[in-house]
Amino acid sequence: MSAKAHTLSHLDWLEAESIYILREVAGQCANPALLFSGGKDSIVLLRLAEKAFRPGRFPFPLLNIDTGHNYTEVVEFRDRRADELGERLIVRSLEDSMQRGTIVLKSPDEPRNKHQSVTLLEAIEEFGFDCCIGGARRDEEKARAKERIFSFRDEFGQWDPKNQRPELWDLYNARVHKGENIRAFPISNWTELDVWQYIDREQLELPSIYFAHRRPVIRRNGLLQPVTNLTPAGANDVVEDLLVRFRTVGDVTCTAPVESDADTTAKIIFETAETTITERGATRLDDQTSEASMEQRKKEGYF
Amino acid sequence: MSAVENLPGFEPPVDTGLLRFLTCGSVDDGKSTLIGRLLYDTKTILADTLSAITRTSERRGLEAVDLSLLTDGLQAEREQGITIDVAYRYFTTGTRKYIIADAPGHEQYTRNMVTAASTANLAIILIDARKGILTQTRRHSYLAHLMGIPHIVVAINKMDLIGYDQAVFERIRADYLAFAKQLGITDVIFIPLSALNGDMVVDRGDGMPWYTGPTLLDILEAAPTAHSESDERFRFPVQFVCRPQRADDPELHDFRGFMGRVESGSIGIGDEVLVLPAGRKTRVKDIRLLDQSLPQALAEQSVTLLLEDEIDISRGDMIVRPEESALVTRQIEAMVCWLSETPLDPQRKYLVRQTTRETRAAISSIEFCLDINTLEQMQTSHLKMNDIARMSFRLAQPLCVDAYTRNRATGAFIVIDESSNNTVAAGMIL
Repeated sequence: MSAKAHTLSHLDWLEAESIYILREVAGQCANPALLFSGGKDSIVLLRLAEKAFRPGRFPFPLLNIDTGHNYTEVVEFRDRRADELGERLIVRSLEDSMQRGTIVLKSPDEPRNKHQSVTLLEAIEEFGFDCCIGGARRDEEKARAKERIFSFRDEFGQWDPKNQRPELWDLYNARVHKGENIRAFPISNWTELDVWQYIDREQLELPSIYFAHRRPVIRRNGLLQPVTNLTPAGANDVVEDLLVRFRTVGDVTCTAPVESDADTTAKIIFETAETTITERGATRLDDQTSEASMEQRKKEGYF
Repeated sequence: MSAVENLPGFEPPVDTGLLRFLTCGSVDDGKSTLIGRLLYDTKTILADTLSAITRTSERRGLEAVDLSLLTDGLQAEREQGITIDVAYRYFTTGTRKYIIADAPGHEQYTRNMVTAASTANLAIILIDARKGILTQTRRHSYLAHLMGIPHIVVAINKMDLIGYDQAVFERIRADYLAFAKQLGITDVIFIPLSALNGDMVVDRGDGMPWYTGPTLLDILEAAPTAHSESDERFRFPVQFVCRPQRADDPELHDFRGFMGRVESGSIGIGDEVLVLPAGRKTRVKDIRLLDQSLPQALAEQSVTLLLEDEIDISRGDMIVRPEESALVTRQIEAMVCWLSETPLDPQRKYLVRQTTRETRAAISSIEFCLDINTLEQMQTSHLKMNDIARMSFRLAQPLCVDAYTRNRATGAFIVIDESSNNTVAAGMIL
């Protein structure tokens, strides 16, 4: 086969690019960490890290910022997966930051996503991480579409969209001064559909709540709110028992499932290709507040 | 076989890979509308996004949905109504995946276009049919050419506003060809469009029966992707050396894997290789991708190479074939685009990063600075943001290079200011 005739499939191309990015992090950064939540994007990251570094160990620990608002399936999965890989998992929780007084909630059951930045910055400081690898994608949201693959953050974790480092070719610049750090996004160029196609191709295991299951829910503003200990039904709510799946998993209080009977990755790919609502639009109760809410959070150090 | 291929009614499409392209033009040329149109007509825009821009359009008192709102990302831009930074958009046709780099066309943002162009394999240059070729058209074309984008599509937009007049299209085409020749641009395709109405973007529309060429999407679907036409000489910059040294696994005790991506060409097991800059020869023992052993590694694949002999190799070294080596040099000449608000200080030392290698560099000379509107060469001793110059550097350590026109991966470099750690310039080796 001549080199001229071949074309990598789009998944092979994306995989190769992501492996390249992970190796650049390892080659350029002294003390990186990979953010692993047990969600599908970070599960893909782990697979890519295996392809990038085996038979060696990962040149970074896994880090999870635990909101305390989790689905147990996801937490169990997170711990088991780290264990199977034989990699070190560091968990830092919002509860600890609350006890220290660095996070003050307005009300005990408010969504905690936006507070993750505080605990993340505390963990970065505690371990002296100079780079955090995350599973964010540019197709998720308008502000992310402009973010670099190696995204510079000052010591307050702030992202300045108007003053980003130029990023040309595949020449990434991860140099930082002490206290500053880089957020690296190896799957920036992947879409939700690419992620599902890759999960299917690589036969990756996922937490069960990604697949269709029955769950009590309440319809609110066009979204489905799961009924849980943290989000109990009110007196006037109509609770329905529906067949649903999660397209994204996160804080229980602000992650909504969608109605679906897709119980295999193959069926999910079919649905994703046919779907008419974006991942965040259908599932994130917190992004709806304003068109610019993600940009605001990122400026404050959010992932 | 993947599970999805077993679903009834599912016909696996032919995967023709991934194409990265760039759109250049100013706000007025309808660039955002064109991207919006591509996303809309390939059904990439989903219902909630569409309803959000429909609401915004209504709030602004517009009659039709303003597709340009799809690509206007950041708050500051929405306030000013212009795109200020490169944004990346994605769509797929089922056979091919696309990454659009959306670069702003404003005068002061040359650096953004250079950034967007660096990863693109095709450029769409937008011209307003009413205005014809403008200074910025020349600038965009020159930059696309400078950045080594192999395919250029000149899209003559807003044909609806000139009554779909073929004569106007032909005149602009002739004008463009005349100056493209001066630049050395040879691969150009022309297409008449109305991004607003969707004519010749994805659908042909009714306005231009005289145009029998491909639609814009047809052109994109047929364009070669980078790896199918790049330099055939094998280039493998080493990114990371894997030495597990696991005491519990004797097989891994002596394992030394050289990890990287094949930037061009290919290599097979048993092939002879040369390690630069040291110049030692050995052979490829194995090519690994996780648990697989591959008979050969092809351009753009990330793999791990195992070599026959124990040679000291570290990050920054480059593996090539002995009969087609790269140039090992401590002196480079390049076209450089200055990207930083802090001007070049010719007295200072900078860092140069090329492939996975980094070295200190001093400025030997600035041959000339280019006026990119007139292509006039001017003498200068300083460079400020958006300037393009031909200059030479002396390097503390040797680099393994090729001319940028031959190999974009090994001919490109960035310049880093060590005091700020910022990326301050981009260079193309001559």
